[in-house]
Order: sequence, then structure tokens, then C-alpha cells
Amino acid sequence: MNHWIIAPVVLPALLAPMLGFVMRHDITLARVFSVAGNVALVAIALGLTWIAADGEVHVYRLGAWPAPFGIVLVLDRLSAMMVLLTALLALIVLWHAIATDWDMRGRHFHALWQFQLMGISGAFLTGDAFNLFVFFEVLLIASYGLMIHSGGRVRLQAGLQYVVMNLAGSTLFLIALGTLYATTGTLNIADLAVKVQDMPLDDAGLLRVAAILLLIVFAIKAALFPVQFWLPATYANAPAPVAALFAIMTKVGAYAIIRLHTLIFGPGTPAVEGLITQWLYPAALITIAVGAFGVIGAKRLMSLLAYAVVGSMGTMMLAVAVFTPEATTAALYYLIHSTFSAAALFLLADLVVTRRGNDHLSAQPKTLQNGLFAALFFGGAIAMAGMPPLSGFLGKLLVMDALRGDWLVLSWVAILVGSLVTIVGFARAGSVIFWKAEQVTPPEGTGPVDALPPPPEAKFSEIAPTGVALAMLVALSAFAGPVTNYAQGATADLFNPAAYVDAVLDPDAPTKVFGKDHSDDYGAADKTDAPSNEGH
Amino acid sequence: MEALVASAIGFLTAGGIYLILRLRVFAVVLGLSLLSYAVNVFLFSTGGLRINAAPILDKYNDAAVYTDPLPQALVLTAIVISFGMTAVLVMFALGAYLEAGNDKIDMTEVEPDAEAPTVDGIALDMSAEPTEDRA
Repeated sequence: MNHWIIAPVVLPALLAPMLGFVMRHDITLARVFSVAGNVALVAIALGLTWIAADGEVHVYRLGAWPAPFGIVLVLDRLSAMMVLLTALLALIVLWHAIATDWDMRGRHFHALWQFQLMGISGAFLTGDAFNLFVFFEVLLIASYGLMIHSGGRVRLQAGLQYVVMNLAGSTLFLIALGTLYATTGTLNIADLAVKVQDMPLDDAGLLRVAAILLLIVFAIKAALFPVQFWLPATYANAPAPVAALFAIMTKVGAYAIIRLHTLIFGPGTPAVEGLITQWLYPAALITIAVGAFGVIGAKRLMSLLAYAVVGSMGTMMLAVAVFTPEATTAALYYLIHSTFSAAALFLLADLVVTRRGNDHLSAQPKTLQNGLFAALFFGGAIAMAGMPPLSGFLGKLLVMDALRGDWLVLSWVAILVGSLVTIVGFARAGSVIFWKAEQVTPPEGTGPVDALPPPPEAKFSEIAPTGVALAMLVALSAFAGPVTNYAQGATADLFNPAAYVDAVLDPDAPTKVFGKDHSDDYGAADKTDAPSNEGH
Repeated sequence: MEALVASAIGFLTAGGIYLILRLRVFAVVLGLSLLSYAVNVFLFSTGGLRINAAPILDKYNDAAVYTDPLPQALVLTAIVISFGMTAVLVMFALGAYLEAGNDKIDMTEVEPDAEAPTVDGIALDMSAEPTEDRA
């Protein structure tokens, strides 16, 4: 049992209270520890990815309880990839937040940041459905704090909506888990995969309800139609670096659908045959349309980017919805791309909005470094819209290539038209913000006398994180082959759950041996199969 | 007993959903609380309803008469989480009420023209320093 598997959860969990209680009055100390923790997280995630790359499924049994009774963390290629993606994204965005002093505009930024990372890493690693709920709550409660970081009327109102929406979602999650437990008698993902396969068709009615309820819950997180409406208001009003980190939050929902609905309710499961695709596929199609219309109709830069995120989730879930290995591989590649491109654009938007004073899509006097920002925006926009040479193009190509046969016409039309509309939307926004600005002369002497001095030029350290995020996209295109191979391996594990199930439910695994002292606590017949209540 | 528990869950859920749809903060908080009560009772019943049975196997207890302990553990977790979340929601609601001057959940999209919102004549700056108690 490799103890490093739990490190991505334990490290931020220990660091966050220290940041919150001990270092709350010393921002320099908090920054140093927060960055150090995040760098360590990247290192751990790299190590875990290296461990998982051999294709084996590594299981961490908490408290050494045997699998269906105790909680397990599972490290396979998919979860390792997601943790690494989270750690890298968080490090880039944290750098930006520190360079632009966003972390000083409110309290407890770094503590909340670490709790957020704890929740996200835990959600990716856990092998237990109820534990997934708990980690969802951890990441949500941290995201509530980050969402309203630095305050303001509109942000608080948007935050309130976000909280209410997610509390209702959590309630639904609990109902789904309760239904699942009532039908199968277990919440361990591997055990569920076995039990659901053997479920007689006559008893599968409630199971189908549970599967669809879970789908709705994860669709809320992944911002799929018709429960995508919270996302634009939230992302557009959140602090920009937080919105950049939230790029991974939608992916948590997508990951949960990929994990649960492929592993447990996957293709070939008699109880839920074709049910998920029937709902997920049209929802993804409409999500692409909502995203594209939002991009072209947006009046603010931040809402435009938020709708671009919605559109990219639609494209990704379209590939997930058909549940074939090729399409899921494409979805995973697109997931990495979509995370970094959304983050790059939100970080850039922060640089621009800080210097313009607002994010309205209207011609205003140009800011300092207009050309540089325009170039970065161009890079981010072609990545997000899916133009060559960046990874968005390859990602969409992979998705379209995987959606052949019955899916071809609708999928290709949706993706291509959606991309076209997105390109038009981005082109319009870019030309209004960066080109029209050249023609607008600032009104002389009409401004208020005591107007604040214009913000200074962006330093290298402020622009660098955006550049690094874009560089990740270049790297993702350059190393598309290895990444796709890795994603293929991760997908293979999902569609052939035997390895996952065997590793988790391994009866020979070293687990807690019930000592003689406690054997009296049980009826003689239950000595072997009942977990002890020691330590509760 | 099943009918009683089931209808209790149903009434709590119906009341909760109705209150959430009122879109005023106080009603929504109450509605979410009702929903979480409904969920707690529902989770509690997922292991099967038993009367006079301990959630534990031991030598003093006939092994045939015990109730499933796992849903009880789940309910305990769910209660703690929903309690904490309700507290957070109330703090959010107070913050939003003090900033916006109303207790509506739905917000109108901020149009570019409606910039520099004011409350009681005081301009609210989005990038302003936070007040002491929040964030």
C-alpha cells in the first residue's frame, strides 16, 4: 500500500488550517507556504502519475479496512492525470493571484485555496461514492469563500445564487446516493460495478432512477443544459483568478460522469442500457448551442468567457455521451485542453479588465500594452474556438473523429457550427476591445480631477502565468501523441472494469486483522466479516 | 410505518421545493433546511426500517435482529454537512442583503449602462477593499 496516494488530500488539508490560523496576519509567510505547498502538490502528482503510468490500479485502504466496508482511494491513470492537471493549473493561477495582489483583496485566500485543492484532489482519488459527496462538499464550501473573495454587491448576489444552486444539488446527490444504497446495499464504486452488472432487470427500476439522479447532479457541476444557468453568473462575477481555477471545477462533474457512468452504469449493463446516452447526448448538443449563442451575445468579456466554458463542456460531454473508448479518449484530451485554455483566457481577462476598469465589450481608450494583450487574447481565442495550430483544433478533431456512424451528422454540425459562432464571437470581442480602442481618443480634461492614476504596466511576473497557460496548450499540441496514448490507457481501464474491481475488492490485500482482544465483541459467527467498531 | 415515513419525506420535500421557489432568502433558507431534513429521513430509511434493533452486532444481541448501521453513519455525515452549509448560506444571505438592500435570490444581469451601482447614495466599488467581517 503506497501512502503517497493520500498525500494530495493530506498535504492541503494540513496546510490550510495553518495558513488560516497561524499565518493570517503575515501575507508574505502565507504566500511562501501556499506556493511551497502547491509546488509540492505538483511534485506529488507527477510522482503519482509516474506510478500509475504502468497501468496498474493502486488502492489505498484507509485504516486498512477491507474494501467494501472501509473507504478506499484509488489511483489509476485517469485519477492521476486529473490530480496532476489540478496541481499544475492551481500553481499557474496561484502565481497570477500573487503577482497581481488578488490574494490581498480579501481574507483567507490561501487557506481557502488549499481547501479547494484538497476537495478537488480527493474527489478525483476517491473510490467510494459517499466519500465523493463529502469531497464535493469540501471543494464547494471552499469555492463559496473564493467566489466572493474581495466582496462587492454583484459578487455577493451571484455568490448567493451559486450557494443556493449547489445546496439544492447536494441534496439531490444525497437522494441519489440513498436510492443507490437502497437498491444495491453498497456505495463502494468497485462493489457497485459488480452489483449493478448482476442486478435482475425486474429490480432495476430504482437503479435507473439513481443513475439519472446522479447524472443530473454531475450535470449541474459540469454546467450541462438545462442546469447550466448558474455558471455564467458565477464565473462572470467571480474574481478572475478564481474563475480560472474554477475551470477545473466543471471538469470534476465531467470526471464523475466519466468515472461512475462508465464504470458502474457502463455500456453493456443490462439494467441501464442506453439510458444515459439518451439524455446526456441531447443535453450536450444544446449545451454547445447555449455556449455559442452566449459567446456571440455577451456584453461583457467575463460572461463571454464563461459562455465559452459552457460551450467547451458541451463539446466534451458530447464525446462522453456515446460511451465508446475512442470518444472518451478524445474527451479526456479535450478536457485537458479546455481547462488550460479557459484558465489562460480568464487570467488574460484579469490583466485587461484591471487596466480598463471594466469588462464591457465597447470601444474604450486603449490601455497600456494593448498589442501584447491583443496577441495573448488571439492565442487564447483560437485555442478556445478550436483553430489550428493549438490543441483546441486537435481536441475537436479527435472528438469529431470518434463520433462517426449514427452520431456523425448531428455531432459534426453542432461542433462545427458551434465553433464558427464562437470564432465570430471572439473575433468581435477582440476587435472591439483591442482594435477599436486604437481609434478612441481619451476625452481630454473631462474626467474627474481626482481620478486615480491609470494602473501601471503589467510586469513580467503578471503576464507570465497567462503565457505559461498558453505554453501548456502548445505543449499539449506538440505532445498530442503521448498524451493521447496515456488517455487511451486511462479509457481502457474504464471500459474494462475488471482490473479496477479486482484491485479494490482484492481478498488477499493486507488488511486489518481483528485482534484477540476484540473478538469477544462479536457473535462467534461474525468474527471474520464484520468490521470492528474500534476507533469510532 | 413505511407509509408514515414515506409521506413525511414527501411532505417535507414538497414544502422545501415550494419554499425554494419563493426566491426570497428567508424562504429559501427554510426550504433548504426542510429538504435536508427530508433527505436525512430518507437516508435513514435506505437500510430498511426496523424497530427495537441495535445498529450493532454483538454477543448480547441476537444476530438476526439488528439494523443497518451504515445509513446512520451517512445521516450523521449529512446532518453535519447540511448544518454547516446552512450556516454559510445565512452568512452569504446577510452579506448580500446588507450590500444590495434586498433579499432577492434572482439577480438581473448588470447592463453596461447600469455601472457604478449605489446604495443609499454610496457608490459601491467592485474592487474596493473588503470589509472586516466578510471574505
